Formats: sequence, C-alpha cells, structure tokens
Amino acid sequence: MSHGDNREKRHTRLSGLEPLVITPELGFVNIGERTNVTGSARFKKLILDERYDEAVEVALQQVENGAQIIDVNMDEGMLDAEHAMVTFLNLIAAEPDIARVPIMIDSSKFKVIEAGLKCLQGKGVVNSISLKEGEASFLEQARRINRYGAAVVVMAFDESGQADSAERMLECLSRAYRLLTEQAGFAPEDIIFDPNIFPVATGIEEHDNYSVEFITAARELKKRFPHSHVSGGVSNMSFSFRGNDLVREAMHSVFLYHATRAGMDMGIVNAGQLAVYDDIDPELRELVEDVVLNRRADATERLLEAAERFKGEGRREEKDEAWREKPVAERLKYALVKGIDKYVTEDTEEARQAHASSLEVIEGPLMDGMNYVGDLFGDGRMFLPQVVKSARVMKKAVAHLVPYLEKEKKVGDKKGKILMATVKGDVHDIGKNIVGVVLACNGFDIVDLGVMVPAEKILAEARAHEVDVIGLSGLITPSLDEMVSVAEAMQREGFEMPLMIGGATTSRAHTALKIEPCYEHGVVWVKDASRSVDVARKLASPKNRVDYLETIAADYQDYREGAAAKRSRKPLISLAKAREKAYQPDWSAHQPKAPRRPGIHQIDDWPLEDLVGYIDWTPFFRTWELAGRYPDILDDEVVGETARSLFDDARAMLDKIVAERWLTASGVCALLPAARDGDDVVLYTDESRSEVLERLVCLRQQADKNSENLCLADFVAPADSGVPDWAGLFAVTAGLGIEEAAQRLPEHDDYADIMLKALADRLAEALAEALHAKVRRELWGYAADENLANEDLVGEKYRGIRPAPGYPACPDHSEKTKIFDLLDVPGRLGMQLTENFAMLPTAAVSGYYFGHPDSKYFVVGKLAKDQVEDYARRKGIDVATAEKFLRPNLSNEA
Amino acid sequence: MTLNWYNPERVQQLQAALAERILLLDGAMGTMIQAAGLDEDDYRGQRFADHGDDLKGNNDLLTLTRPDLISDIHHRFLAVGCDLIETNTFNANRISQADYALEDRSEEINRIAAELARQACAEFEVKDPAKPRFAVGILGPTNRTASISPDVSNPGYRAVTFDDLVLAYREAARGLLDGGADAIMIETVFDTLNAKAAVFAVEEEFEARGARWPLMISGTITDASGRTLSGQTPEAFYYSVAHARPFSVGFNCALGADQLKAHVRALSRIAATRVSAHPNAGLPNEFGEYDESPEDMAKVIRGYAEEGLVNIIGGCCGTTPDHLAAIAEAIRGFAPRAQPEAQAA
Repeated sequence: MSHGDNREKRHTRLSGLEPLVITPELGFVNIGERTNVTGSARFKKLILDERYDEAVEVALQQVENGAQIIDVNMDEGMLDAEHAMVTFLNLIAAEPDIARVPIMIDSSKFKVIEAGLKCLQGKGVVNSISLKEGEASFLEQARRINRYGAAVVVMAFDESGQADSAERMLECLSRAYRLLTEQAGFAPEDIIFDPNIFPVATGIEEHDNYSVEFITAARELKKRFPHSHVSGGVSNMSFSFRGNDLVREAMHSVFLYHATRAGMDMGIVNAGQLAVYDDIDPELRELVEDVVLNRRADATERLLEAAERFKGEGRREEKDEAWREKPVAERLKYALVKGIDKYVTEDTEEARQAHASSLEVIEGPLMDGMNYVGDLFGDGRMFLPQVVKSARVMKKAVAHLVPYLEKEKKVGDKKGKILMATVKGDVHDIGKNIVGVVLACNGFDIVDLGVMVPAEKILAEARAHEVDVIGLSGLITPSLDEMVSVAEAMQREGFEMPLMIGGATTSRAHTALKIEPCYEHGVVWVKDASRSVDVARKLASPKNRVDYLETIAADYQDYREGAAAKRSRKPLISLAKAREKAYQPDWSAHQPKAPRRPGIHQIDDWPLEDLVGYIDWTPFFRTWELAGRYPDILDDEVVGETARSLFDDARAMLDKIVAERWLTASGVCALLPAARDGDDVVLYTDESRSEVLERLVCLRQQADKNSENLCLADFVAPADSGVPDWAGLFAVTAGLGIEEAAQRLPEHDDYADIMLKALADRLAEALAEALHAKVRRELWGYAADENLANEDLVGEKYRGIRPAPGYPACPDHSEKTKIFDLLDVPGRLGMQLTENFAMLPTAAVSGYYFGHPDSKYFVVGKLAKDQVEDYARRKGIDVATAEKFLRPNLSNEA
Repeated sequence: MTLNWYNPERVQQLQAALAERILLLDGAMGTMIQAAGLDEDDYRGQRFADHGDDLKGNNDLLTLTRPDLISDIHHRFLAVGCDLIETNTFNANRISQADYALEDRSEEINRIAAELARQACAEFEVKDPAKPRFAVGILGPTNRTASISPDVSNPGYRAVTFDDLVLAYREAARGLLDGGADAIMIETVFDTLNAKAAVFAVEEEFEARGARWPLMISGTITDASGRTLSGQTPEAFYYSVAHARPFSVGFNCALGADQLKAHVRALSRIAATRVSAHPNAGLPNEFGEYDESPEDMAKVIRGYAEEGLVNIIGGCCGTTPDHLAAIAEAIRGFAPRAQPEAQAA
C-alpha cells in the first residue's frame, strides 16, 4: 500500500534530467562502470590529480556509449571520498548530456552515499547496503535512503559474511527484501539485488562454480521477487585474465548471455566494451562457456592455454567521433550545440586560417552556430543548462581569436563611428583602450582622443568627425562631475548623438541620477568591455537606437524613483555620535616605536628584478576582464587557457622590461612625528612637536552599526595622550620612461600597448609593496623580523597599512596634493598631479603609512551632511567643493 | 512504518470532496498585494519601523505587519468559492528572508500565516458547514538553486547546500503546522533538488510529530523545451519526488493555462496520485504584467476539465478573485480526473 502505483505496472522509475522507466521491453540495463576509482586506474589517476574536467569526459563517454545509468565510486584510501563524490557529482550535474541519466552512488561508506544523495535532483540508485552490520543499521540506512528518494542495491552479505553460494545468496537477499518492504517502506521495484559476482578460472577449485551460483540465484530471485532487479559488477568475474581484453570481453559476454536469460536484468559494465555473443570466435566461445557454466573440470586449464592465442587488443572504446570528419564550420556548430569545448580551439584556428579574418570566423561559423543554438532554445529543443554550456564554448572560441583580432583590426564596412575619451583631469585609459579595441574588432570606427580631454575638445572633435556615439571614460572620482559637465555642454550646444559612460568609478546609479537627466538624447552606462559591443551596435543603428534609448531611459527613471523611495532609509548616525564610537586603542598597551631613520628617504631606480616577486597578479587579470584569483585562474576551466597565454605574454614582456630597463621605478617616503587631533592627523616639523607641518584631514564612517565607526586618525595616538606617535607618507611610480618604452612596441599593437600599461601599473603596486616592506623592516623598523612570502604580502598579513587617497578608507583624491607638496614629489620623482588630482605617470601610488598593530583597511562609506560640512571647514574649502571631492560618498540627504 | 494522518477526519473530508469534483485552489497573493499599493511604511509597520534594511517587497512580512490585508485577501478568494487557500509564505524561509535580514522571523511568519489562513477558512466553514475549506501551508522554492551553479565559469559551485535547505524548510514547516495548516504544498519547484530537500525536511518534521499531513508538490516549467529550470522533463520531475507519496502533484506559474496544458497532460498520464495545476493569467506582456482576462483564462481551464486532466485547479501570477470566480463557473459539473484507488488510503 505504500507506493500506491496502480496506474501503471510496477516498473522501476528512475530519473536524471530525463526519466528511465525499466520495463521488460527495455531489456538489459547497462550501468557505466568507468567512473569508478576502484575499477578504472585511469579514472583513479584523474581524480587523484584533480583533473576533474577529464574525469567528467569519462562519464560523458560512458553515456555516449550507451550507459543508461552511471556508477560513480570514489572509495580510495588516498582520497577524501566524500569530497570527491560531491565535487564530481556537482560537475556532471552541469553537463546535460551526462545528467540526463540517473546516477548510481557507489560506496561502502554510508557517509559518502549520503553526501552523494544530497547532490542528486533526480532519482538515483544507492550501491550498496547489506546486512553485514545487522538489521538495525540496515534499516536505518534504508529509511534514510528512502527519505532522499533513491532505489537501492542490496548486496548478498550478512552478519555471517559474504554469500558465495546460491543458497546463501538467496538467504541474505530474501531477508533483506522482507525488511526493506515490510519495515523500511521500500517498493519492490526500488530494490536491486546484487548476489555477488566473483572471479572464476582463478585456479582455485572452490571458485569454479561462482558464476553458476550467481546464475542459479538470479533465476530464483527473479521468480520470488518479480518486480525487483538482479544486478552485479560483471568485470569482476574475469579478473584472472587481466591484460587479455579479448578473452575478458568474451567471458563477460558469455556470462551475461546466460545470466540475463536467468533473470539478471541490470549490470555494471564497460558500456563501450561489450562483445556480441554471436560474434565471438566459436572456439573461444566454447572454452569460455565451459568456464562460466563450470562444465568440465579442466575448463580453466584449457582456457588459460588457449588464451595466449586469442590475446588481442580487444575492442577499442569507440566514441562517436564521426562529427570530427565534417567540415570545420559544421564541427564548430556541432561543438556549440553540444557544448563540447575539447576541440574548439583547434577548430577555431582551422577556421581562422580558412577565412580572410578572425572577425569573419566570429560573424560566420561561430555566430551561425550560436544563432542555431538560439533557435533550438526558442523552439524548446534545447534548454537552459545546455545553452549555458554553448556560451562557454563560444567564449573559448572567441578567446582564441582575440589576439588575432587585435592584430587584424579589420577594416571594411564600418558599423559606426565612436569617439572615445578619458575626461579632463583623468589620465587612466586601460579600460578605455580595451573597449576601443573590442569595438574596433567589431567593425566600429574609433576616434580616440586619449586622456585628459576637455569638454570643448570632445564636442569639437565629435562634430568634426561626425561620430555616431561619444564614449567617456574615467577612473577617479572627480571624473564623475566632469562627465556631467560634458553632458551639460552637449545639451547646451544642441548635440543629438548618444553618450556612453564607462570606467571603474562610474555606475548605473551615478549615470541614472546625475548624468542622464542632463542630456536628452540618450546616456547609457556600460558595465564592462564585453557589454560595449551590444550597446554600441544598438546605439549606432538608427533602427534600434530609439527603442533602445527609450528602454534605458525608462530603466533609469525607475531607478531614480526607486532611489527617491529609498532616500531617508538607512539613516546615518550623526558625526558626534560616530566620533563617540571611534576606535580607541589602549595607548598604555601599545607604545609606538620611533622610526630608526625618520625624515625623508628617496629611492631612485629601484631594481625592477626585485619588484617582480612583489607583483600581485590577480588585478592584472581583472584588467583584462578575466575573473579569478591568481594562480588558480591559470587552471580555470573556462579562462585558464586564455589566462595562461596572457600570462605567458605578460611574463615575456616583463622579462624585456626588466632586462632592457624599459621603465624606471622610483619612490620617496617620509616618516614624521604625528598625533591625532580629532579626525585629523597632525604632522609635525620635528620631534619637539611644537610646529605643525601639515594636517591630514580624514573621514569617519557614519553607518549605523555595532562595530566601531573608524577613521584613519584613530590609528594614531592623540597629542594629549602623552604618547609620541609617528606616521608616514609615500609616493612611488614605475611609469618613468613609459612613453619611450611604448615606442619600442610594434606600431598599432594595442594588445602590446595595453599590456605595457598594465604591467607598469603592477610594477608600481609592487614598488609600493616593496617600499612598505622596507619601511616596516628598516626605515621605521617596527617589524624588523618580519619575513613573509608574497602571498602573505598580497594577503596583507603584515602589521600596518598604506591607504591611498582616492580609495575607500580616504576617498578624497585632493588630499594627494599634501603628499606631493611635503615630499616634493614633482621635484624628486618628476611626477605630476592633474587639476583633478590624477597622478602622472599613471603607473603610480601615493598614500600614508600607519603602523598601529590594529590598523586596517576599511570603507568609509556614506557621509552625512554634518560631516561634509565639518570636513570642508577642517580642510578650509567651501562645502560645494567638498561635495565635489566626495561625490560618491554623499548620502542622498547630503 | 507509515505514519497516520494527524487529522484523519479533515483528510477524509478533503478526499471526499476530491472524489466528487475538481477542487478550486486560490489565486495570486502577490498580485493582490501589489494591487493594494503599499509603501515602505506599510511593510514595516510599527514593529519593524527601525529595521536596518528596506522591507518593501517582502510580501511575507505583511503577515506580521498587515495581517488585516492578508486575511482580507483570503476572504476574497474564499468568497468566490475557493476550497483551498494558500498561506502567504512563498518566501517565508530562512534563506529568502536573509535578503531582508529577517531570517530569524521565518518560523513566526509561517505560524501566523497559517493561523490567518486557517482562521479565514474557519469563518467560511461556520457560514457554510457543508463546504469544508482547507488552509494549505506553502513552502516556496527559496531564491537559491541546489543543483545549478550561479557561476557560469564554475559549474561545480553551489550557492546553497541540501543541508541548508533542509534546515530552512524544517523551520518553515514547523511554523506552518504549529499555525494549523491542513496540508503542505511544496510549490513552484524550479530545481527538484530544492524540492527533495523540502520533502526530506517535511518528513523529518512529520516523524517528530508522529503523524503526517497531506503533502502536495507543484513544479514549474520555465522554458519552451518543457523542462524545469534545472533541466528535468515533467516525467523525470515526478519520478524524482514520487518517494514523498505526494497527495497531489502538479505544475504552476511560469506559463499561462494554454502553454501549461501539454505539461499537465504529460504529468496526468503518469501520476499515480491527484494532479493539480495553477497557471498564470497568461504570459507576461511587455510591461511584465499578466493581463489574460478571467473569461479567457476560464475558457482554457474549461478545456482542462473537459479532458479530465486535473483534480485541483487554481491560479498563479496575475489571477484575482474574478479569475477564480470565472474558473469556478467554468469547471462546474465536470468530473475530476480519475484517481488511483490506492491514494484513498
């Protein structure tokens, strides 16, 4: 009465993404055995080496070879079986061509079985449980399996051991059946018996009858329990003929021929490697039959004798690779539809050589394939997980073409003309250049005005070139206001072309709230380079532009309304209250160490080779829009190859930069007597601390939260504490000589150009890190014994911080002027600050040093009006100017 | 080992009604709430006036802050003849509520929501004792998928585990049963592994209480291929949850009655239990609104009844009391889908 399935007969109903109903018509059910570390040396090695992508491939082959269920086993002493099981099941769940079949979770450890069951959305099979540990544990396990929803294989094993005779097999399994159906709520059709398949022809006489015992038990079990199934691991029986695949296959085939006739209706087999009974050499077949059916006493001897003659390669696993024979365009389409990325790089390369340009490969076969995928999806003949896989393949193909696209910069019919500029006061252009390259590769004509471009020039050039779209980029905060100015000027002067906004500091919020309302002919924020093509296509198309801009305008309108509704929520606390919640170190517990070498230190021409080890590569990949942490990114399934090739190129150029001294890295720093005064850090001219040299004006968190409301000043001892404290200033650059270096690059090589700038940026950061280490260990010397590996440096595991103006803990870029003045950075290093406080060369870092053990990086976040006013007063500027400097941090009420 | 019904009498009433006719499940709670035009303060009420996160859109919270509105919506659906009404608990689980920093209110929301629904049913049962009404405790899908990676580049990653889901569902189920739900429905299943975790949790809760309640399961078909979001066909979906011995199995949401019909038919062919459907009021228009009229929707549903596809019919997104009134009219007199006998047990 439990499984009240009277609607249809009692068929076993399993599922992956698709159903598997085991009807008598279905015949023998093949369970794939190769994803089993105990049965496949290759699979074991793949899992031990964590080469999961290839391990997934093994599962796919099994399904392609006709496995209707796949058995997954991770029981290996060297493995965390539970972890390997979960990892592998989650990965194959993402492969629709594998996940369509039910999974058999194979383990002798119930913990592993349970972990596996928690990963299966379909109804799978547990392999196996037995009465080995007695009834109580058997029932407990069975009930849990039932609650997860799975069928179960029960092994012929009980308290007195493993059954090796038909009689004992029947005894164990009949008892298990009764317990399962009567006490654990199992339906008969959810029970699969494994009476035990043992090796035969081992030379031990007691083993000779094992197959016969199995076949006898199978016949009786099927008679007694017609709704249940009989299964077993077939390869085990031919164990003594390891190395002779031909004989083994013949043995399996003969065994199955007889066992299935007796009632065995499922089996764990190598789905790609089953001989057809009738195709077996008649002589061999008879010899094998004698062994399997134990027909004569010398059967083993005779087979052993003859085996040498029949030694062969056996049947090779034949995967359906017929599609590989097709023309390359069809292969690409096939790979996209099937989500197979194995050959896509070589196929893409072949297509590239056959086409006039890489762009043609994208717009031809690859887009054809993706369009076909889109059609299939629209028609309901593909579904989401498959489409996701197709996108992965497409990504890989395009990644292969990118370097060629860079080189080709295809000319031809242009999609439209786009003006690109980094706005006045800002000098950052890596992101802008990447967008420019991507758009150029997609057929757009790019007019790049470079960096620090005033609004008047943007407008004039836009007119002169009759561009279709203007694209503005910026990295530093004041650029946001500059973009608003450009939009206002465009409106004023009657421009009609749409405006694209991008860059690290820009956002949908700022664009919707501040820029878009200033200009009525369309403003679109572009999140990253990958989105830029789609946006530019729409904007450059007179047909789509109007609709698209209307959608965007409506979206921003919604956003503004949403933002209006949000206003006054999440109240900030008052500045007075935030100050009460300042971080207050116990100055009696920590006595700041006076610097070993106070004053100003200049380091000219720091050896570049010493900086290489300090490089944090993760942001480098982010610059190229490759997401992931270094070094893991190099082995990333999707971007790994691109990342490796990019990394190789980067290392090659870095070697040249270092060897040929392309760039000069220099820095200057100062360690000065300091004290906290409210939210300011006061720097003194000397240790008498009588004359104020400069006042660093800091900002305090105002969020309503339980923890302290931090301000950088909190990390410095107040003057009235009587504790003499110190702070530092620094500025470094690795961009000296970059213009000359750029001359060494091949002309029009954007890829190399961007690479050079990205590497200079990394070297500047590395120098900042190296100089900080020198300060901690030598100049200030509070951490003289520190000895950290680079990953610990990147992970900021050392004591003390080096926050930089313009970053979250001190977001006001204008404070850089104090660093530049005090250290005479322009005079000493030849660096400049632009009117909006961007540094030149751009590969530069400037900031403060704080040495308190508890000092840490934090995000200042939103500021209320009271703090903005207070800040303006302390800094001696008017409130409107302060608001301009602090734009992204202003709360809505401010 | 099978647990007995917690309330055999009520289950018998439900079975008797189902044997007789197609029962009417209610319509869209979300649509009705949206129509009420609430603002942030309504959602907050006094109790959550100082809560740090925005609460507008947390419809489940209205159970605590605007119980009058939720009760009124229940009343309006009962008034047009709905036999089963769904608790306002679609997202009232620890995982979804974490978005509002209200995860610790999940159990309470479920309990109060079940009380509101049960209370509304009781009021109508007093008026018309011949027509029993049932409060169905809703367990929604949560906002995470247990068998799909949210990260295309990292297919093995999972944003939520089976154990997380079991914990969240167990807590929600406890609240629903404490509040007096007559049945439980695991609804809008887009990832069957989430639903299996819900089944696991509910069965644990039943075991702890030593009795069971009718457990209904309703999946959702999200794409044109006729699969769930997690890629299963209707048959595979049913086989994956059949171990729960569901009181009914069905589909809801994502599609209008017209597009859903083929999938309900696929289920109806194989399900060894009752079949339910509660489709949307058509497909969303370009503004994301559901605008199929009550008459049009009822016409399609009448086709369901004629074909004998369902035992329970209701509405999902966009369906109002007017829709349900029209559907009630359309299915009147049609026999329910033939039920397998074993289910009567």
